[in-house]
Amino acid sequence: MLCIAGTIPADDFPLMEGEVELRGEQLRIGSSFIAVNRGTPALLAAAVKAAETLGRPSPFAYLVGDTGTGKGSRRLYEHMTEVLPRSSFGTIAFHYLQPIIHWHNKIQAVLGKLTPRPRLIADAGFMYAAKMSGAASLYDLFTPDVGELAFLADEEAPHPFYTRGFILHEDNHVPDLIVRAYKHRNAARHLLVKGEKDYLADETGILATVEHPAEEAMEAIGGTGDTLTGLVSVLIDAGMNMREAAVAAMRANRLAGRYAQPTPATQIAEIIRHIPRALRQVLEGQVIR
Amino acid sequence: MDLSRFLKGNRTQDAAPGCDGQADRGILVFENTSEVIQAEKLLKKNGWDIRVMGPPPEIRQGCDLVIEFPLIEELQILRSLEAERLPPLRTVPVTSPLLQPVDIFQFKDYGRHLMVRAANMKLTVDRETGVIVNISGGGCPDVPFLAASMVGRTLADAPSPRDIGHTLCGYALQLAYEEVRRRCSA
Repeated sequence: MLCIAGTIPADDFPLMEGEVELRGEQLRIGSSFIAVNRGTPALLAAAVKAAETLGRPSPFAYLVGDTGTGKGSRRLYEHMTEVLPRSSFGTIAFHYLQPIIHWHNKIQAVLGKLTPRPRLIADAGFMYAAKMSGAASLYDLFTPDVGELAFLADEEAPHPFYTRGFILHEDNHVPDLIVRAYKHRNAARHLLVKGEKDYLADETGILATVEHPAEEAMEAIGGTGDTLTGLVSVLIDAGMNMREAAVAAMRANRLAGRYAQPTPATQIAEIIRHIPRALRQVLEGQVIR
Repeated sequence: MDLSRFLKGNRTQDAAPGCDGQADRGILVFENTSEVIQAEKLLKKNGWDIRVMGPPPEIRQGCDLVIEFPLIEELQILRSLEAERLPPLRTVPVTSPLLQPVDIFQFKDYGRHLMVRAANMKLTVDRETGVIVNISGGGCPDVPFLAASMVGRTLADAPSPRDIGHTLCGYALQLAYEEVRRRCSA
């Protein structure tokens, strides 16, 4: 089963755990409903749609409200250190959490004792914490955008906010940044880099790229990276190997964007609606241009 | 006669000559980034020569900012902060180079829409209406909250990330927001 851990942008949202489903335009977990918008709700909505398309169980989520103070994230970290030892998730995706090194390390200490070891995916704040902790190589997949890749490539930056200028300037040279991230051991076993062209790479180099269909407006739309992480998480949990899962997710995310006929003002919920059709088409092997 | 240099907060250049060096600089360490953002706003408003920087490795926790200040003015600065109930956790002399926040902006021109990126944060605005249409990038938990608070509102009406954000991603969004405002008012 796929587990997703992240935050909801409301301080009064309680710590919740359970399977997540879509009810109309909203996510439901327990008795709580969540609007589908950028961040962990977008990842969850994409994952629910993808799981439905594949006939897989809905993802299980650990969620808490946090608007940036980190209070909710700390509660979630603490809770997960208590419950994960009794869990049996096949895949865990960590998402929008306050990047706090010592809490990351506590989570990682628990994960290291799980047998069998779940596949580990990190994006957003938790990916920042994993890199800062020097533990990147313990993860199976990071899903940075190009700005975050520059942060991974900068061995001195503790947060993307401090990425040095000479590295930021190289952001049109994704392959060079990938090499640098691996050289300093700041990349997971695989990197899925989201951008004008999407990349899958490991320490041996670039394994695959996807650049069609191309919708320039996608970069401006908040949540398109979250949906891609949701898609690849479901496909990995379904048993696909990393290359199959990443390429299918990159294609399906782009195709869902194409179907939404996006402008820079398009909201992520409009793209998520098209995920089932796009994913089905990709998995059926239809050529997309 | 201009006596403004004697006013509280306007004495930095006299009091701390050579402040480009580091020996005469200290850092204010706060409990969280939102306190740093509030303290920066207060100290800049009062005219202090301060900079928001990255903490040195020995006190780094994660999503951190510190305020670099002229050490010689420590007492007055602490008094200002305490008066506003914003006391730092501690003050530390600067002994090694501090991390410099990002100061590079990247732009994407979509015609009617303009996207500005600062570090990992992107803000897109409709040039004709001044409405913020999207916020993307970032990974700290205030980013979805900031997006929900700002998207759909005009640059003039939207809350500033500095006022409602708490993290380095929120701070990066503030830089993008200021740059968009500067470009849209030019």
